[in-house]
Amino acid sequence: MFRESGVAVQRGVHCTTVEQALSAYDSLNSDVVAVKSQIHAGGRGKGDLFCPDSGELVMQGGVKVAFSREEVENYASNILGHKLVTKQTGPSGKIVSNLYVESGCEIAHEYYLAMLVDREEDAILIMASTEGGVDIEEVAETSPEAIHKVWFDPSDGLSEEVANSLGDSLGLSGNSCTSFTEMMVSLASLFTEKDCSMIEINPLVRDGNGLMVALDAKVSFDENATFRHPWREGLRDRSEESDVEVRAHEHGLSYVDLEGNIGCLVNGAGLAMATMDVIKLYGGEPANFLDIGGGADSESITAAFEIILEDTRLEGILVNIFGGIIRCDMVARSIIEASEETGLNIPLVVRFSGTNHDEGRKVLEESDLDVITVSTLGDAGEAIVKAIGGN
Amino acid sequence: MSIWINDETRVLVQGITGSQGTFHGKMMIEYGTEIVGGVTPGKGGQVVELSGRSVPVFNTMSEAVSTTEAVASVIYVPARFAAPAIIEAADSFHELNGGGLIVCITEGIPTLDMVKVISHLEKRPGVRLIGPNCPGIISPGSDGGCKIGIMPGSIHAKGRIGIISKSGTLTYEAVAQTMSVGEGQTTCVGIGGDPVNGTGFIECLEAFENDPDTAAVVMIGEIGGTAEEEAAAWSKNNFSKPLVGFVAGATAPPGKRMGHAGAIISGGKGTAEEKFSAFEAAGIHIARDPSKIGEALVSALVEAGLRES
Repeated sequence: MFRESGVAVQRGVHCTTVEQALSAYDSLNSDVVAVKSQIHAGGRGKGDLFCPDSGELVMQGGVKVAFSREEVENYASNILGHKLVTKQTGPSGKIVSNLYVESGCEIAHEYYLAMLVDREEDAILIMASTEGGVDIEEVAETSPEAIHKVWFDPSDGLSEEVANSLGDSLGLSGNSCTSFTEMMVSLASLFTEKDCSMIEINPLVRDGNGLMVALDAKVSFDENATFRHPWREGLRDRSEESDVEVRAHEHGLSYVDLEGNIGCLVNGAGLAMATMDVIKLYGGEPANFLDIGGGADSESITAAFEIILEDTRLEGILVNIFGGIIRCDMVARSIIEASEETGLNIPLVVRFSGTNHDEGRKVLEESDLDVITVSTLGDAGEAIVKAIGGN
Repeated sequence: MSIWINDETRVLVQGITGSQGTFHGKMMIEYGTEIVGGVTPGKGGQVVELSGRSVPVFNTMSEAVSTTEAVASVIYVPARFAAPAIIEAADSFHELNGGGLIVCITEGIPTLDMVKVISHLEKRPGVRLIGPNCPGIISPGSDGGCKIGIMPGSIHAKGRIGIISKSGTLTYEAVAQTMSVGEGQTTCVGIGGDPVNGTGFIECLEAFENDPDTAAVVMIGEIGGTAEEEAAAWSKNNFSKPLVGFVAGATAPPGKRMGHAGAIISGGKGTAEEKFSAFEAAGIHIARDPSKIGEALVSALVEAGLRES
């Protein structure tokens, strides 16, 4: 994507096997190559690789510089199929199934650069620092003066003057500054044309000839704009997504997996978060965030409840519905239907409020389902924690 | 009294012939809102029957505004058409009335579209946008009232509390809790949970400060961004009424988007804890437990001498 848009990158090859990595090394014809783990998380360079079965440490560092064919083989086999744990993946890590083998580059200096939507300024922010290759959050804390910022309006695009001024602040001059300005202008059009939400280049390097090269980058897209970018589907790596999250998404539900043992089903994102907060305050641990959304129908609610019922970690379920457009009696019928199909053998607490709450409660109470109904948010938190034997 | 809208506010529905527009148009009329017309390109000249009222449909906003003397519009069009709809409404209100109120309910508008909309609205200073991705705004009257949005009208009642919230159903929760302690509302504003949106907390607080009928305000935030912190800092010197605050997402993991496009803790920033601390530092009465928003409101009112117990 960078290459197509005119942003300078090193030559490189995407690989999924050790053999491919070796032929990539041969074809790049470079004395030095970088062997990089490709996962949807940062901190790879400082991450550790473990054997997924034994849990044994295989190698330190998910991005390696290789000086020979043997080293490429060694690094590629230590990376592929192993679990990479970084600061951003959490302790469970991610299995690496993709590699990028890239020709080496003479590095005169490393910079950090990020482009993102600034929600406070209602504009696109470009943030750059002379401290590349390191953790930007650390730089922000220890030496905020080292981070330089400029903004641009996506309707006008990024002007050369503004890009140039950022290059100046980074201490770039001559052909380095020109090369930086060109890269920024290309990157800005890429950002707006492809509806990105963030582009992070770390490190951005000045090479031996004084030219700027993007050595490594992370790009994230605005999901709301997917309708105008059908090509994104082709970039998708399903193995990076949890099955449940994909399934939930297909039903118009928004689901985030958490570590606890109380499943939640709520309408509305804010109320779903508040429900998790209440569970925690009453001494329990939520197992998920699940917002069924404003347009949920009986089919999607049944699917949502089935997703929760299949989670074997659960010891209890809390349903919290504030009926507006969604009617509580419809939710009640969907719960019954899903429970009949999948089976319910753990405590279920249901809180209904708003549209048709009395009818909803009646439907549940008249069913064979073993369910505790409550009417306030506080009672809901208390009841579910008590039902699973907490305090 | 109320802020920005009242029983007489004349409202247009953009996307009135769509299923959402028709359904909510009907609900708004039943609540008492003065729906005076609708806009759907290509369907001008038609009449939609909504709960016994014949509502004229226009092709364009400028035609609709000049014919009906509307001062507000509510947008129910799909996400890909929403940004142009906001801009069309803003231009029409600006040119014909010098200003107006636009409430955008639509969810899922691309962020860069909104960045462009906001920069366009800066050239239309009399136009106020609420949303997008929000439940809308409601001012309960003594009989019905004015509802511009999708919230269930029946849970509200006229009173003296102002409510501002980033969330939909959590706003209803806050309304229900104020009702359970015997307090009604002047106006409830759902500002929406998108990263780039129109009216923010501070503008709502400023309007409530100037509304003589609003005695106290409940402010509901959520993780992500710094809008809550900025509102807290502003309120310290500029807001004189009792203020109660809650922030959703204390248990949310970092780096994960919690449903709303804007609800994400990124780079360790935007946590609920930071926002609660900012609230506390500004002297805002906080409810850490979302089931105790009503209780926190009562104690804030009692402390201000506005209620016995």
